Amino acid sequence: MLEVKHLTKSYQKDKPALTDISFSVEPGNFLAIIGPSGAGKTTILRSLNQLIKDDDGQILLDGSDIRSDNKSQLRKHRRQIGMVFQNYNLVERLTVIENVLHGRLGYKSTLAGMFGIYSEEEKKEALELLDKVGLKDFALQRCSELSGGQKQRVGIARSLIQHPKVILCDEPIASLDPASSHTVMHLLKQLTIEFNIICVANLHQINLAKKYADRIVGIRQGKLVFDEESSMLSEEILETLYDQSISKELE
Amino acid sequence: MSSPIKFLAQKHRKQTVIIAVIGSIYALSSWILNFDSFSGFTAVPKAFTWLGVNFSPTSESVELLPRIWQKLIETVALAVSSTVVAAIIALFVAILGSKATGINNYVHVIVRGIASFFRNIPLVAWAMILLFSFKQSDFTGFLALLLMTVGYLIRAFMEIIEDEASETMMALKATGASYFQVIFQAVLPQIMPSLISWVLYMIENNVRDATLVGILTGTGIGFIFDLYFKSFRFDAVGMTILAIIIVVIVLEVLSNQIRKVIL
Amino acid sequence: MITRDDIQNVSGYKKPQPPEKKIKLRKFNWSRVMIYAVMVVLLSVTGYTLTHLDTANVKIGDAIHGLMMTLNQIFLQPRAGSDGVMPLLSALGISLLLAIMTTIIGAVIGFLFAVIASRNLTNAYFGAIIRVVMAIIRAIPTIVWVLIFSIVCGLGTNAAILGLSFHSIAYLTKAYSESIEEIDQTTIEALKVTGSKFWVIVFQAIWPTIIASLVSWTFIRLEINFANAIAVGAAAGAGGIGYQLFVASGMSFDFHEVGFIVYLIIGVTILLEFIAVKLRQMYITK
Repeated sequence: MLEVKHLTKSYQKDKPALTDISFSVEPGNFLAIIGPSGAGKTTILRSLNQLIKDDDGQILLDGSDIRSDNKSQLRKHRRQIGMVFQNYNLVERLTVIENVLHGRLGYKSTLAGMFGIYSEEEKKEALELLDKVGLKDFALQRCSELSGGQKQRVGIARSLIQHPKVILCDEPIASLDPASSHTVMHLLKQLTIEFNIICVANLHQINLAKKYADRIVGIRQGKLVFDEESSMLSEEILETLYDQSISKELE
Repeated sequence: MSSPIKFLAQKHRKQTVIIAVIGSIYALSSWILNFDSFSGFTAVPKAFTWLGVNFSPTSESVELLPRIWQKLIETVALAVSSTVVAAIIALFVAILGSKATGINNYVHVIVRGIASFFRNIPLVAWAMILLFSFKQSDFTGFLALLLMTVGYLIRAFMEIIEDEASETMMALKATGASYFQVIFQAVLPQIMPSLISWVLYMIENNVRDATLVGILTGTGIGFIFDLYFKSFRFDAVGMTILAIIIVVIVLEVLSNQIRKVIL
Repeated sequence: MITRDDIQNVSGYKKPQPPEKKIKLRKFNWSRVMIYAVMVVLLSVTGYTLTHLDTANVKIGDAIHGLMMTLNQIFLQPRAGSDGVMPLLSALGISLLLAIMTTIIGAVIGFLFAVIASRNLTNAYFGAIIRVVMAIIRAIPTIVWVLIFSIVCGLGTNAAILGLSFHSIAYLTKAYSESIEEIDQTTIEALKVTGSKFWVIVFQAIWPTIIASLVSWTFIRLEINFANAIAVGAAAGAGGIGYQLFVASGMSFDFHEVGFIVYLIIGVTILLEFIAVKLRQMYITK
């Protein structure tokens, strides 16, 4: 279980980016974070694996606080938290399977990781995961040769091979066309249930959030505006979030 | 608000002013420098006729070819080794100093400052300063080229790391990979082609600069060019220039081909 | 403490069976082979050169000690020489004017050649010939050009101007024509169908499209030309601050003055860099 309690962060003094954010997610659940641009969605997500250091609060993963970690504890925590990025952030010049295996680096000794030495089991698992995301035949292709949707699925495979408890998705479909977006969202939802993991995603598309997420959290100017079952989400609530009518997008 | 016609007229006036300013800078400069454009440029065809006659190879200059060739190879080797050593140093410093992989912002600013300092001291000054302590030797030329190249490459490498590797770095950091794993698995594979492209470019450049350094420090192709030039053996000078042209163009074609394959 | 097995149990993940044969991570790829080949060649050339380097039997320790003393005089105790500051400043001015003037010549003539040499404007053999000639001119170091012209014009600013201009023209022709070749073909075609004349297209469509990169390349060349003006002053005795530098460091051994000159030069280079950055910002925001 992932619990966030009273998370607070400001980049400049007296200009809070996040104030008192609290929510929690159970395994097997998909949580979407929505809100206008610049509301603090990315800051929340990146605080969860401490790519951004927040100022105050608690982030509990199965009861242990990530924020009080030292360096090696943080590495151990981070390997239980997969991350998927808007721009995929793959090493484009390496092959698909090498990029997937990067997810194992947190479990390896520094030296073995530096030179990319992986066990046969890890390689086999990488291939199985590639099969799962539908890229079995692409293992030895260079990532630069793939389409956006394919790259994102490599990114998902990379996070899965970490054996994560949580997957964080930072605008996972913002750079994709509608068809690929649905494929990726569907995949994330399916994997969340299958592996019984926690999936937290920042999304711009409210209709997709409603369709795939179990719960939706709304953020506005660094504050939590609502935290509801996605089926309960009404247009009035959304209007308080965006200050305008968004019925068009909901249709 | 100005109308479109006014805007166009203004643009036109602005262009005229710019052309006039550049023209007067040119006229003023040639007056101060005592340069007569007309006789200056008519000297060009004269020069080439003269070159055609005096630089053409003779049996004597053909005999010198092995010696010229040997010096030229030495010069290329010097350019390559100074660039490679500079690249190795620059890579370390750039990793320590870049915004993405570096220690902190203070180190970043300091490294940028040092790089800019080394880059802006003219090559001539390095050559002359080093000549005084290290005497007339290949090593002096090597150091002079090294010091200047380091300045250029640190800046180039830092920009490459920041542009090309920041995002992948973050992704690997998020998997729990350690610093060195991130450097070796994400940063280096990602930047290697651009790195090599820059190194090749600096080698081309340093072969030309090595000629200059050679004239000043009495080494390599610059030394024998100066020697023949000062003793008026123009057939040998012509042969030397021909050899330089061939080597530089071969290097340029070669590195363009390499770039095509690796990028 | 959570082990890997716990995680697998939590997620209901089955441990994979050991595979029969080794799984490959990479297939043959020319790009990677070439990168390794280039690295091996460069490193071996470097290794060979460094182990066979002629050091003129200088004791490294003494030399470094000497160098430190010189550097100390240069950078920490800069002082103008016995002739005072004025001759140095006027020499600096001459070098700067030399650089500006040859950049102007290079830019004007270089642009004309670039238009003719660009593949997307002209497809004649003429363009190819220009590209080859320019490559040859570029291959000859600036200092050599200056010395060549000094045979005909005599040593001095005239030879320096012609020599620097030659290299600038060749350099800028290549840089400009690469910028022109990046222009979207449709821009040119749109004007062609209106029946515009060739040079009208050049100045109405091409010039405005690439002005930012033209300015940027021209300023890069100005910086190079300033460095070259210093170099030819020193190595060919063509006057300017380079010659003063040569005299101070190679003849009168007054390293305090060398320091003063070096600081003057750094000042001008930083100023040029600053102007270049500002101009680039101006043209990019427009």
